[in-house]
Amino acid sequence: MQSFEWPWQYNFPPFFTLQPNVDTRQKQLAAWCSLALSYCRHRKLYTLDVLEAQESALFNNKKISRKLSVEAIQVIFEELRKKGNLEWMDKNKTRCLIMWRRPEEWGKLIYQWVSKNGMVNSVFTLYELSSGEDTESEEFHGLEEWMLLRALQALQSEGKAEVISLDDGKGVKFF
Amino acid sequence: MDRFVWSNGLLEINETLVIQQRGVRLYDGDDKAKLDVGVVLLSTHRLVWRDQKNHECCISIPLSQIIFFEEQAAGVGKSAKIVIHLHPAPTNKEPGPYQHSKFSYIKLSFKEHGQIEFYRRLTEEMTQKRWENTPASQPIPTATASQAGRTRAVGIVGIERKLEEKRKETDKNISEAFEDLNKLMVKAKEMVELSRSIASKIKEKQGDITEDETIRFKSYLLSMGIADPVTRETHGSGTHYHMQLAKQLSDMLQAPLEERGGMMALTEVYCLVNRARGMELQSHSEEEMIVSALDNVSDKGSLTAEEFAKLLGLSVLLSKERLLLAEKMGHLCRDDSVEGLRFYPNLF
Repeated sequence: MQSFEWPWQYNFPPFFTLQPNVDTRQKQLAAWCSLALSYCRHRKLYTLDVLEAQESALFNNKKISRKLSVEAIQVIFEELRKKGNLEWMDKNKTRCLIMWRRPEEWGKLIYQWVSKNGMVNSVFTLYELSSGEDTESEEFHGLEEWMLLRALQALQSEGKAEVISLDDGKGVKFF
Repeated sequence: MDRFVWSNGLLEINETLVIQQRGVRLYDGDDKAKLDVGVVLLSTHRLVWRDQKNHECCISIPLSQIIFFEEQAAGVGKSAKIVIHLHPAPTNKEPGPYQHSKFSYIKLSFKEHGQIEFYRRLTEEMTQKRWENTPASQPIPTATASQAGRTRAVGIVGIERKLEEKRKETDKNISEAFEDLNKLMVKAKEMVELSRSIASKIKEKQGDITEDETIRFKSYLLSMGIADPVTRETHGSGTHYHMQLAKQLSDMLQAPLEERGGMMALTEVYCLVNRARGMELQSHSEEEMIVSALDNVSDKGSLTAEEFAKLLGLSVLLSKERLLLAEKMGHLCRDDSVEGLRFYPNLF
């Protein structure tokens, strides 16, 4: 795996202080959202635990001895939630699903691969899609099942697929 | 006519009689006053009128009450008059023949002539205003007044007693007001003594006190306006203190000078320098403060309020205000950590 390229803000100490100036804060939050998503994408993280995240390299830059406060992390997560990139898994907001690609975007990628390979009208198991040999080079390879399902459900609502039940789990037919 | 007060007609010390004229009737505005014909006396301080028949009926008005006056020529069956326009009566005016009048002017009607000379003398006195040079002197002591004028009405003695009480009250008020000032002056004297003694101790023990402290102390004295005898002995422009001061001045003045295109009036420099030295007089424009904050922070990369204060010779409170203002305007952003609060240029 390539080493992650940190953006310039990551080494700028004020980046780790929630800015009181509204305009400055907006820009700061936008940068954090973008960084969080690209970090998770790079590490193929689909869920985050808030307390663990605070200690991870993402929110804790040891080199400049700065880390985000829990309050600040919550603010950033709320931004992500509003943009559709995050979902809380519990009422206490300790764990969340992080969707650095939204379900619709995944759906689009999957459908592109399906149609490119002329496999429309075929039926796949979820396993085949996420972990099959054929999809190894694809970005959606390794996609966690809950996310894959959402992606397919998105396609379903667009009329491009149908989620079906198979003997040993779920599958999908593409149109 | 409500400006007049009852009087005993006696001249006060420093008051001189200028002219008097018989046969004068007073008018309240355009109406004849409810008084008979009398004698009008002009002194350096007052205009006095006394009833010719009843000498005890005597009233006066200070010349300072007169705004202006004019002649009214005689007519058929009418005597020549002098019309005198007056200031409103003071609220603490003593009682007089009239409680209230709708007129703000009176007339002197000269039934036996004499108005020309009287007018001339009145003009002279109103121009010279001799009453201002010799203010109200001590009144005639109540004892002699009551002795000399047993026949006088009791009212006048009462009035004089009241006047005396009022004078005493005023004196007391003034002394009380000045007491605080005296206390302040005593403290100031102590302070000056203290700083003089410290200054001379520094001079004696030059070796024990660090040069930096000496310089700082001297600059405190200077900023308090206390001439330090030690510095007076130093000479030329080569002294360490002057060099330090010069450096501080040049640091302080660079930004303002640049703003003004390289030239500043000396008076402006004086004000700026003293302001910067923490006199806490705030009159920089917001823009100037923001620019100074941004320039300095950009120059040093980042600054805390304390560092900024030291740079500019400002109090920490003032320097923090500037940084916050620049942050509010979006030119700076903050880094808040266990290391403290630091400001950076806003690169976001």
